[in-house]
Amino acid sequence: MDTTHHGHSEQHLGAAITDHVHYQDTEGKIRYEADHGHHDKDRNKKNFIHHYIFSTDHKMIGKQFLVTGIIWAIIGGGLSNIFRMQLGFPDVPLHFIGAIFGDKWAPDGKMTPDFYNMLITMHGTILVFFVLTAGLSGTFANFLIPLQCGARDMASPVLNMMSYWFFFLAGAVMFTSFFVPSGAAGVSWVFYPPLSAIRSAAVGSETGADLWLISMSFFIVSSLLGGLNYITTILNLRTKGMSMAKLPLTIWALLITAILGLLSFPVLLGAAILLIFDRSMGTSFYLDKIYISGVGAMPHEGGNPILYQHLFWFLGHPEVYIVILPAFGIVSEVLSVNSRKPIFGYRAMILSMLAIAALAFFVWAHHMFVTGLNPFVGSVFVFLTLLIAIPSAIKVFNWITTIWRGNIRYTPAMLFAVGFISLFISGGLTGIFLGNSAIDIQLHDTYFIVAHFHIVMGVAAFFGMFAGVYHWFPKMFGKFMNRTMGFIHFWVTMVGAYCIFWPMHYQGMAGVPRRYYSHGAFETFNKFQGLSEFITIAAVVVFLAQLLFVFNFFYSMYRGKKMTDLNPWKANTIEWTTPIFPGHGNWDGEIPTVHRGPYDYGKDGEDFIPQTIPMRPGETTHHG
Amino acid sequence: MTTYLVLAALLLIGILVVQISKSNEYINTLRGEDAELDTDKINGNLWLIFTILFLVGIFWSAWHYSPLFLPESASEHGHWIDLMFNITLVLTGIVFVATQIALGWFSWKYHAKKGKLGFYYPENNKLEMLWTVVPAIVLTLLVVVGLYYWFRITGPASPDARVVEITGKQFNWLVRYPGIDGKLGNSNWKLIDETNSVGMDFNDQKALDDIMPNELHFEVNKEYILKIGSRDVVHDVGLNHFRIKMDAMPGLPTHFKFTPTITTDEMKKKTNNPEFNYEMSCDYLCGKGHSAMKMMVYVDTKDQYEAWLKTQKSFYEIAIKGTPEEAANKLAATSLSAPPKKESTHD
Repeated sequence: MDTTHHGHSEQHLGAAITDHVHYQDTEGKIRYEADHGHHDKDRNKKNFIHHYIFSTDHKMIGKQFLVTGIIWAIIGGGLSNIFRMQLGFPDVPLHFIGAIFGDKWAPDGKMTPDFYNMLITMHGTILVFFVLTAGLSGTFANFLIPLQCGARDMASPVLNMMSYWFFFLAGAVMFTSFFVPSGAAGVSWVFYPPLSAIRSAAVGSETGADLWLISMSFFIVSSLLGGLNYITTILNLRTKGMSMAKLPLTIWALLITAILGLLSFPVLLGAAILLIFDRSMGTSFYLDKIYISGVGAMPHEGGNPILYQHLFWFLGHPEVYIVILPAFGIVSEVLSVNSRKPIFGYRAMILSMLAIAALAFFVWAHHMFVTGLNPFVGSVFVFLTLLIAIPSAIKVFNWITTIWRGNIRYTPAMLFAVGFISLFISGGLTGIFLGNSAIDIQLHDTYFIVAHFHIVMGVAAFFGMFAGVYHWFPKMFGKFMNRTMGFIHFWVTMVGAYCIFWPMHYQGMAGVPRRYYSHGAFETFNKFQGLSEFITIAAVVVFLAQLLFVFNFFYSMYRGKKMTDLNPWKANTIEWTTPIFPGHGNWDGEIPTVHRGPYDYGKDGEDFIPQTIPMRPGETTHHG
Repeated sequence: MTTYLVLAALLLIGILVVQISKSNEYINTLRGEDAELDTDKINGNLWLIFTILFLVGIFWSAWHYSPLFLPESASEHGHWIDLMFNITLVLTGIVFVATQIALGWFSWKYHAKKGKLGFYYPENNKLEMLWTVVPAIVLTLLVVVGLYYWFRITGPASPDARVVEITGKQFNWLVRYPGIDGKLGNSNWKLIDETNSVGMDFNDQKALDDIMPNELHFEVNKEYILKIGSRDVVHDVGLNHFRIKMDAMPGLPTHFKFTPTITTDEMKKKTNNPEFNYEMSCDYLCGKGHSAMKMMVYVDTKDQYEAWLKTQKSFYEIAIKGTPEEAANKLAATSLSAPPKKESTHD
């Protein structure tokens, strides 16, 4: 946006050389980036628009992702409360639906099946992509990578800014889609054709689906721009002494996440473009032999609906790790700092994340065991899927060992980190049922799978996000969030989330299918009305507890307890060596040099030894 | 009115929580480190209480709802699936209880105490090896057992298995049985119209005796192969009691073989429910009528089944055949080619 940018910054090159010594300071390009930071520092301070809106400061962009993510989380979570009303209390009239979306969606306050389908579709899309991908990765990758690696900013700050604005655009299009006459997309977040490909097949497959595809395309661009930046920054802009083996696990997790996204999101873009062709240009990539009642035989021939499912899940499965890996990193960091102990098995933690990431690309067809997949192919996917349980088990045992004999400080962040472990165990173990194709025949597309993924990647990833927000809030805003509200938020959410999702296993074990507007037509499925009511009440309570978090967030931003100590958590990582209000460029003077790993807590009788403290003569090292 | 009362009550609770939290914060700031140690202790205790209540709650609720879990399996392979489910439940259950207890126990026991340091314990390769190898062995066991049954379930049907065709459409199921010839006639999606709902090609003699009832009947202890398709969007044949789920897709036929083992009448007795009936559901979102896409399913004794079959007339006879002229007209409007010759018409 600023075309004079490059030429301008050349003038400051000299200053940059004397100012900062980067890890790779033999490369002029890197120095230029460092200088770039300083130049922007002035510019960003100049006015509101540059500081808050079109900022190229990674910290501001991180906060933009966070605030946007919070807004989407309220919308996405709110949608779930509305459709839970249909499942728990179908007879209670909801007149506000008509007031907001139009009376045709809820005549006399009773929502229609089309509206229900729209809600579940948008709930899934918003939470998976806008909140747990952009809101989680976008926030913490942007905020933490330069701060914990020791860089002035991202490798390409302008691309970084564009990453946010593509995300914003994606959100704007998605939001608009709620208010077009045919409503938002209503064909479930996985968007399987032909339902999603043929406009006359469902109301939710009309204009809303076009907008969904356009929005997702913008979103993928955003995610690729961000991901490229994260990888480049982590690999090239680490401060002196910050070898890969001294990186905090948050950064490792974010690096692996970015690589996963970079390799898998383009496949979804391809799938989306082919679907746009099928919808609008008469092609037949996914379509064959279709007759729509009331419309007639469709001209499409020769396509294959399964092709889409392969392409979708080639992203879709890595996507769940894109969601959960940043949470792994944050939780590892928060657990270690607040247990006052090193993370147990730093190397094993990295290797297990790498193993999970590698396997993530070879398990996608476990979503497709009942599509008539060749049984031999299915068996290969069973094997690879269950392999993932091994690195996952390693992580869980390492986390538990990390808190063993610790001196645990229960900040709200720490509570969420420990809660994360509990959820990851509960949700992870049910994956062993679903990954085994024969058992999956019975559990596929029932509430069992809903329970499984909401616990293991939905709520757990949210817990990672909460842990991160409570932990780094002082670094973001120079203030603390209110602890008491944090405790209430945690315990209500912890108990409430289990109350919502645990009973869904029971429904699933009875065979109750998901995505049902009503279970009343089936004698076998219609036995859980009491349980459905209970789940709905729990969902509303948990949602209200999140509003307390949102209140705490914005209230503390202005009125929270001020941060007076540079390093309030007594942490080792170098983001806590920046000023309380770091400017663009992060460190006033030189970027500190790193001498040791990030987890020297309780070592040699000292509570903590920051990464910037040189190794003492004869000191043993465990991490690289 | 109640809505406003509820909202007002919620607002009051909210204000109360915020005020208490704010005052708590002031007090704790004044008290300093001691206050933090107190909250560490309280939260540690809450972890212990949570873990106990969580585990008790799980066992109680699972026991309470267990009669509804995995409803009595009415097919041969269903027992294999249930067996595997139970093996997995026991193994994962042990891990679940052990890890949740360890987590709750440590969270309670090791809350911060004044002047204490964390135990410096950065790694132990033996432990890492232990929790790599043990899960690997357990998972290998589960994979081996799982795949053994998976291949049995998905393996070829016996040559004399009976064929039933199930076609999904928005929003009901269409089923087709071969008639006396035991073979399904050809069909073509271009022949579909208001009457000929699966697009049977009546030029094919095998199609003339095909029957299209509006409920499914199976004879007990006979092997069936379901040929599954869809004429519009993705549906999924869900037969809960038979442990069957298979997608129905346009242009891509799938199949599932199974042997029903319990008749509807026996099941009524077993479940103590005279109203009991098997149901077929759609288990993949197919549009607005998805949750009402039901078809009744009956498992009959040999006699019941044959009696039922006798009452069924061929679809051609019911829907298409009239006077030869009417039939010719009907078919000319829909068929790709000429109507069948008179002499080939099935009796």
